[in-house]
Amino acid sequence: MTAIWTIARKELNDSLRNRWLLAIAVVFATLAMGIAWFGAAASGSVGYVTTPATIASLASLGIFLIPLIALLLAYDAIVGEDEGGTLLLLLTYPLSRGQLLLGKFLGHGLILALATLLGFGLAGVAIVMLVDDVAVVPLALALGRFILSSVLLGWGFVALAYLVSVRVSEKPVAAGLALAVWFLFVLVFDLLLLGTLVAGEGAIRPDLLPWLLLLNPTDIYRLLNIVAFGDASQLTGVLSLGADLPFGAGGLWLALLVWVAVPFTGAWALFRNRRI
Amino acid sequence: MSCFELTQVHYRYDRQPVLRDLSLALAPGQILGLFGHNGAGKTTTIKLILGLLTPDQGRLSVLGGEAGDASVARHIGYLPENVMFYPQLSGREILRYFARLKRVSETQVPELLAQVGLTDAADRRVRTYSKGMRQRLGLAQALLGSPRLLMLDEPTVGLDPVATAELYRLLQRLRDNGTGIVLCSHVLPGVEPYIDQAAILSAGQLQACGDLAQLRRQADMPVRLSLRSGRGDGLLSALNGHIPTLSTLQPGPDTLVVEVRASDKMAAIEALLGAGGVDDLQVHQPTLEDLYCHFIQAPSSADAADHQGGV
Repeated sequence: MTAIWTIARKELNDSLRNRWLLAIAVVFATLAMGIAWFGAAASGSVGYVTTPATIASLASLGIFLIPLIALLLAYDAIVGEDEGGTLLLLLTYPLSRGQLLLGKFLGHGLILALATLLGFGLAGVAIVMLVDDVAVVPLALALGRFILSSVLLGWGFVALAYLVSVRVSEKPVAAGLALAVWFLFVLVFDLLLLGTLVAGEGAIRPDLLPWLLLLNPTDIYRLLNIVAFGDASQLTGVLSLGADLPFGAGGLWLALLVWVAVPFTGAWALFRNRRI
Repeated sequence: MSCFELTQVHYRYDRQPVLRDLSLALAPGQILGLFGHNGAGKTTTIKLILGLLTPDQGRLSVLGGEAGDASVARHIGYLPENVMFYPQLSGREILRYFARLKRVSETQVPELLAQVGLTDAADRRVRTYSKGMRQRLGLAQALLGSPRLLMLDEPTVGLDPVATAELYRLLQRLRDNGTGIVLCSHVLPGVEPYIDQAAILSAGQLQACGDLAQLRRQADMPVRLSLRSGRGDGLLSALNGHIPTLSTLQPGPDTLVVEVRASDKMAAIEALLGAGGVDDLQVHQPTLEDLYCHFIQAPSSADAADHQGGV
């Protein structure tokens, strides 16, 4: 445990020193405030509209930003150490590969959680203080759910970044693959799904369709933050499939957790077989 | 208990044999030089001892335990070739990090920094370090927790002559305190005075292993005697008849160079001195470099033929 914490603490210290943590928190806070105030600008008004609309807009933005930040934070976790020669050294220390990866995950996970909590939390506090008639409890609940799901989504992409990082031997390759992962889940997946649905012309069993959404953690994340308000009309595009899901929020949370656990376990298994 | 013991170890990578039937051991308080061309299997041998790889066949014990065990790893110090460390951290921070990972007291850190001469640069970022300074930081890292087995891969790269001499003095001190040391280097004349044993690897096989005297006996390479004397021809006749010379050369009127078999060395010297009139005598034994070349060429007859053709 000491070894895991030592590694996590180094990651945390590094992110404080190079101001990553601060930068991510500031970006989150700025965006949250911007969306809260100007989210309704298209419909001709400026100012806070409603909590569900704000959270839905935040989630739409979150699916772009959070995976990208998580991938950027973690893509060089192992391959970076390898290029600097320190991976070889670390593995001669009384430290298993699992402990090293777990320590990295704890560090990166904490950085992401702290930045998310700080950024969106501060935005929430600002909304409560500046908007007169906002209901505090529903906002706190919705924002809490949003922050928690954002953290889980981020952790999932940290684990996906490790999957890349333990497999390749050069940092630029890892960066390219991390970007490809981002494209796949954030942009390509929904298009593919939509395309398959249209081209399939109902050939796919309808009761199977909602399950397909679980194959993409960003879809799970969006569903979680929209379905919670019980307003299925907000679900547009492929997400409308989510209205027919045979399980509720509990199942979605579980699915998001699985999206953390499975890539991490996979990265662990690949790391054990990595040739040093 | 030996520092490490490899017994008939085989290791393959992609079905290609990297190490074949390697048996090698190191006792505490000894410095072993591990030599070989790039790709001869030195790094693989080191990685096996460090527990980064496991042998396909054969037995391997390290400090009386299993290679790679946490309890064993704590007592091993390793300096890899070309380690960059973390450029954004200072030397002191890096040593503290590694001390925590090795579970040794951080109070050693200032002491070790002083020992490798990095006290003044301790709080500068490693990004600004020269190659030699990084090398010294790596050495300090290897010395964390007073290891019982120290593995150094090209430790003198980037070090100036003074720092190199200091390094060897430090290694001798550690050796005298019972540390077993493995030294990989291509600078053979540099390490020759400091090693107790040499192991020469070529194409994954151990070509020779032992102290210099044993290697010289095994190689049976000629000993060259250079003499200065007013009567060169007369001296030669002192040898002729009872001591076979391998070659004789008279580069000047009063100098004579004779090569004899190693086993005939003392008899030849006695005969030459007995003949009288010798002003000066120099004995050139085969150096570590000569022995290295000899043993490296031995296994591949094609290579050996090439070299002979060139000479």
